[in-house]
Amino acid sequence: MCASGKSGNVVAKYLPVYFVLLAIAGIEFFLAYQNFSKAGLVRILFALAIGSATLGLMYFMHLVHEKRSLFLSLIPATIFVLLMLNMIWSDSIRLLHMRPFAH
Amino acid sequence: MSESEMAMLGHGGMLVEGSPYSIPSRKLTMWLFIISDAVTFGAILFAYGYLRVATPDWQTPFKSASIINVATMTFVLITSSLTMLGAVDASKDGDKPKALRFLGSTMVLALIFAGLHIREWFGLFDQGIKLSSGLFGQAFFSITGLHLLHVLIGVVALAVVARKYSSGSLTPGHVETTGLYWHFVDLVWMFVLPLVYLTNIAR
Repeated sequence: MCASGKSGNVVAKYLPVYFVLLAIAGIEFFLAYQNFSKAGLVRILFALAIGSATLGLMYFMHLVHEKRSLFLSLIPATIFVLLMLNMIWSDSIRLLHMRPFAH
Repeated sequence: MSESEMAMLGHGGMLVEGSPYSIPSRKLTMWLFIISDAVTFGAILFAYGYLRVATPDWQTPFKSASIINVATMTFVLITSSLTMLGAVDASKDGDKPKALRFLGSTMVLALIFAGLHIREWFGLFDQGIKLSSGLFGQAFFSITGLHLLHVLIGVVALAVVARKYSSGSLTPGHVETTGLYWHFVDLVWMFVLPLVYLTNIAR
């Protein structure tokens, strides 16, 4: 294969997503200095993090351009690991109510 | 067409067994690894969240200098994802020199990130916060340490792939798979940044 000349634009085509990710990070830093409640701040930051991760998954990791069969093969694996993770939720919530580290 | 090229295309033909669903097995394996590793980080971040909420006198040690350092780290890591995309696309276009330049840039940015990360750690050491100094230290150094380990493994992987891709023994498919890993490291940081740093700013 030889150089096709397209590679000069490879970075440019991802620049919008790159700038959006930087903007979201900037918003997170800004919000961190505002007077939100602890729980409210965590909720907002977590939502923004999910937004960033979705953009990264879809465009940087090319999931939006992948074959549907890749999606379909990953869904059962994801459900399986989430179910396994689910086994720790109940213990965690029980411990949370016990508040073992509270003074 | 060489065996490696056939494997890269995901169509085994007579030489290599075809992968299920017409997805290259290498890529599918990396995705499965990413899912399992995401759950590892998810569990650790969940445990951190529990400790953070359940501990009323949680330390909030990050002053302005730390936050500026972390902002720089974030900028560097997101930029390294962009250069990694450049490497993947250049390799797919067959532009090997450009792909290698992008891979080199990604490694340099990764090392800058690691350097800033270690500087951040030493700043906390100066404040008396260590792995053995309590819940905050244990949670912080465990999470950021695991992420830094992923970054360093990524640098090694990028170096090996760049060297072998340069010599022709690896294909653009290998560069793409390594890129998936690198973007995952970036993705994890998007959760570590707000949950570990931005909710612990000193007021």
